[in-house]
Order: sequence, then structure tokens, then C-alpha cells
Amino acid sequence: MSAATVSAPAAAPVREGRIGLRANLRHIGALARRNMLQIKADPESMFDAVIMPIIFILLFTYVFGGSMAGKGHEQEYLNYLVPGLMAMQGMNIAMAVGTGVNDDFKKGVMDRFRTMPISRSSVLVAKIVVEVGRMLVATAILLGMGFALGLSVTTTPLHLLAAVALSMVFGASLMWVFILLGLSLKTPQAVQGMAMIILMPLQFGSSIFAPTAKMPGWLEGFTKYNPLSNLADASRHLMRGGPVAHSVWMTLAWAVAITVVTAPLAVSKFRSKT
Amino acid sequence: MKRNDTSRGAGSGGNAVEVRGLVKHFGATKALDGVDLDVREGTVLGVLGPNGAGKTTLVRCLSTLLRPDAGTARVAGYDVVAQPRQLRRVIGLTGQYASVDEKLSGFENLYMIGRLLDLSRKDARRRGEEMLERFSLTEAAKRPAGQYSGGMRRRLDLAASMIGRPAVLYLDEPTTGLDPRTRNEVWQEVQRMVSEGSTVLLTTQYMEEAEQLAQELTVIDRGRVIAGGRVDELKAKVGGRTLQIRPADRGELARMVGALAQAGLDGISGATADEAEGVVNVPIISDEQLTAVVGLLGSRGFAISGISTHLPSLDEVFLAVTGQKASIPQEDGAGTDAPQEVAA
Repeated sequence: MSAATVSAPAAAPVREGRIGLRANLRHIGALARRNMLQIKADPESMFDAVIMPIIFILLFTYVFGGSMAGKGHEQEYLNYLVPGLMAMQGMNIAMAVGTGVNDDFKKGVMDRFRTMPISRSSVLVAKIVVEVGRMLVATAILLGMGFALGLSVTTTPLHLLAAVALSMVFGASLMWVFILLGLSLKTPQAVQGMAMIILMPLQFGSSIFAPTAKMPGWLEGFTKYNPLSNLADASRHLMRGGPVAHSVWMTLAWAVAITVVTAPLAVSKFRSKT
Repeated sequence: MKRNDTSRGAGSGGNAVEVRGLVKHFGATKALDGVDLDVREGTVLGVLGPNGAGKTTLVRCLSTLLRPDAGTARVAGYDVVAQPRQLRRVIGLTGQYASVDEKLSGFENLYMIGRLLDLSRKDARRRGEEMLERFSLTEAAKRPAGQYSGGMRRRLDLAASMIGRPAVLYLDEPTTGLDPRTRNEVWQEVQRMVSEGSTVLLTTQYMEEAEQLAQELTVIDRGRVIAGGRVDELKAKVGGRTLQIRPADRGELARMVGALAQAGLDGISGATADEAEGVVNVPIISDEQLTAVVGLLGSRGFAISGISTHLPSLDEVFLAVTGQKASIPQEDGAGTDAPQEVAA
């Protein structure tokens, strides 16, 4: 039941208009169900989560693998690449959240949500819950494909799980950034364009595809502070061994900082949107 | 139901909606320029006005979607600016544009709304099915709303607005663009809601709709109230309906007008001949008058080839209550009401 339970009809909580935690969770559940039904009605919207990981892994392993590790040694590059791709995946999915939110807001159903007695953030949180689910699917496919091609995880399954969880946490924080973009820009095309501008330098100016040691100094400096490098390094060390503390903490710090700054902005933008 | 109890308790005794000096500007456009109106509990207020008069802006302010720049508005006792959360518990809104999720089925839409209104799973399911049945959508329950016809979508939208049995229901041009059959269904449901105790604020461009549903009417233009009162009062001012009689022989027009003037039927005056159309126009305000006029002409042996009645158009209402034409020319179908629709 809601904040005012059966025992307290029209008591203070209802009059206050506050929405209790349990009611809030129920609302998020109902809205997340809506987002899942949308995917069910439009399975093509899963292409980015299902097909892209396969394309990425095949393309990068066999285009760059030979050059990076020597012809016939592509598998070594695969071991380097997959943890990085896992880090990148969150960003790709998060980008889709921005265009989705932008599109959603053009629909009348948002007006209905905004005239209902639900917390405004619940609409956005529900979206993130479902998108993290999509990230999990994408990661499972990436790892499955990786293992099929000969990926080896030299640590424990628990470490692997930690790497996956870290990607999810960081990806969820990025979603707030893209939700904010989606609410701020006028068209889905603008969101997509802006997202690419942010995405490309962060993805390629990182340790995802190549070790940073051979990059020029200024770029190496950039990659050091690029959160995607931190995440890629953390995943790599968690899956293949190596010092994890610094990169894991840096990644978590980034995730918290990004969320703390962008989530309230996104919710307030949502609230004031007319 | 909990939501209803709360709203009743908070009701201000008499008026479910009280609007005083409400102002909303969009840049230089004064969408609302000091609107005052009241809706008595358990009644329907019709807000009549042309496109761009500010009807949608008014509804959006009253449903917490827009923040007014000045003035106050209370709904079921709650202030729209200071108590938006409480207010949202007692209102339902159906806009000009269906606000349902097109990818979800009719049932899933209603079930979701029910859950968001804190109904249990079982109650949400039962209430959803009940509303589908009421709006004759049971057969289409499992189809995505995106595949519905315009009328079906509007019905689903109304059903969604009524799931929580809101104390105050806003209907923003609910039948614009609907076929007559669907329109009648919508009207029936609105009447049923009112008979169950809801208060309705209805915006419309059609005098006929206002007449069907509303007890009181507020006419607005350019963001200002230009007339208001009980529907029958306004009707008397406007002249009710116009009865059009087409004599079989055009030459009889003048004689027909003469016969009507002579007979001096109760309340009948001002019959005029329209030579161009070949008809006699008689303003009437009741069915008895219609019968009397037709009876009289029959008994005098006039051959009549056609009879029809017309409700005054919005333009005629404007002309009657303000002495001037509506400021913005009428357009066909649903147009945008104010610049805010661009941003929405």
C-alpha cells in the first residue's frame, strides 16, 4: 500500500502529498514494466545490445589484432580488447537512453505521468533500471562471444563478476548524463550528434583499444584522467590479474561524481519541462 | 476509495475549482490574461473559445503542467503552485492529444496507470478490464494502442483518466476530430462520471457540446473571460437554435414569413427569408416552438420540401455575447492552442 496505509485513511502522509519509499518502488516497477513492454513490442530496439557487441569484437580482433600482437596472435589482443569493450559498452547503451528519453518526451504519455501522484524521478529511474538490464544482456553476449573466440580469464569468476558489476555502475552513472542531454536538446538527432562528439574522444583516447604508453605525451595525459581508461584498466586487471585498487577506486569515484552532479540536474530539468 | 475521500475532505465546500486572476505569458503572448472562473462541485463547466483563446494553457496550469505567472488557482482546496503533489491525487486529464503509450496494449496502459495510482495488482487488473468494457474496447484490449483508430485512442485516454475516479476531471477538447458515434459515447461517459460525483472542466469549440454536457459556460478569447453564466441564459442571449424551412416553391418565401409574423406564436419573432438559399430562418429555443411553427405552416397549406435545425456556431455565440467576431479565425480540426504546444 502507499504511504498512508489502510490503518490511516487520509492521514498526514497523504495530505502532505509525500510519496513513501514502498509506493515509489512500486511506481518504478510499473514504469520499468512499461519500458520492457516497449522493447517487447519493438525488438529491433535491442539490436544495439545484441548485434553491436558481436560486430565490435570480430572487427577489432581481426582488423587490429594481427598488427597489435602479430599475425596469428590475435587471441592475445582479444584478451586485451574484451575488458575494454566491456567498459565501452556501457557508454554505447547509455547513449541510446538519451535519444530514447528525448523521443519519449514528445509523447503525450509524459504529460499523463506528470499529472499523476508519482515522484518525478521514478520515470527516469525506471528507465535506468531497464537500461542496466540491457547492458547486462550486451555484456553477456560480449563475454559469450569472447569465450567462443578463446578469451581466457586468468583470475576467479568472482573477479569477473566484479568487473561486470563495475561496468554496470559506471554505465548507470553515464545514463544520467545522456538523460540530461536528452532532456536539454530539441531532437533525437541533436542528442545523437552531441553524444558522438562526447563519445569518440573518450572511447578512442583511452586504453580500450591500445596501451597508452606509445601515445604522445599530451594524449597519454588525457587518457590517464579519462574515466573510460580507468574502467578499462580495472576490468582488465580484474579479469587478467594486476593491481586493481587504483583503477577501481578511480572508476567508482567518477561514477559517484557524475551521478551526484547530473542526476539532480536531470530530475530538475524533467520537473520544469513544459 | 482513498483518493476520493481525501479530495472530498479537502473540498472547499461549493467550488471544486476556483481560479482568480490567472496569468500565463509565453514571451509576448498573453495566453492567459487574468482569468477568473469557478466550477461548482459535481457540475460541468464548459470553457468555450476559439483556437488560441488559452483553453489548453488554462487546463495545463490547473493540472500542474504549467506554472502560472500570476493569480491563484485552487482545485479541491489545493493550491496549484503550493500543493501540486496533493492536487495530482484528485485530478484526471484528457488532452487533445491522446496521452497513452502507443507501444503498449490498451489493457497494459490501463494496468500501468492503475498501479501508478497505488491499486493492488488485482484491483488494477479488474479496474482496467472494467474500463475497457465501459468504453467498448474489450475486443481491442490486447492490441497496441498505436494501432487504434483516433476514436479508440481517445476512448482509451478517457478510460485512463477515469481509472482513479478523480474528483476533478479536465477534458481538453475531448471530441475534436471524433465521429458522431464516438462523440456520443464520450458524452455518455462524461455524464456518467458527473452522476457519480465528479466535477468536470470541459474545453470545447462547439456550442453543441457545451450544451449537451455543461450547466455553466465561460466564454474566453485571447486569454480573457468575455462572458459567463448558465448555459440556458447564454442560449437565450444567443437565440437557441435556428429552424430552417425550405418551401417547395421559392416564390412562397415572403408569404411564409408573413404567415409566421401574423400568427404571433409564443416566443416566435424575427422569422426572415433568405432569398439566396431559398429558406426561411426562424430562431427558436424549444422543441415546442419547432412543432408549433411546422404545425402552423402545415395547417396553412404550405408545401415544404425541407426542414432542418442548426445550433449557433461558435462565431454566432461570440457575435451575440460580445458584439464582435472571434479574434482568431476558426480552423478545421484540432489546432494548437497556444505557443506552448511547440515546446511540449
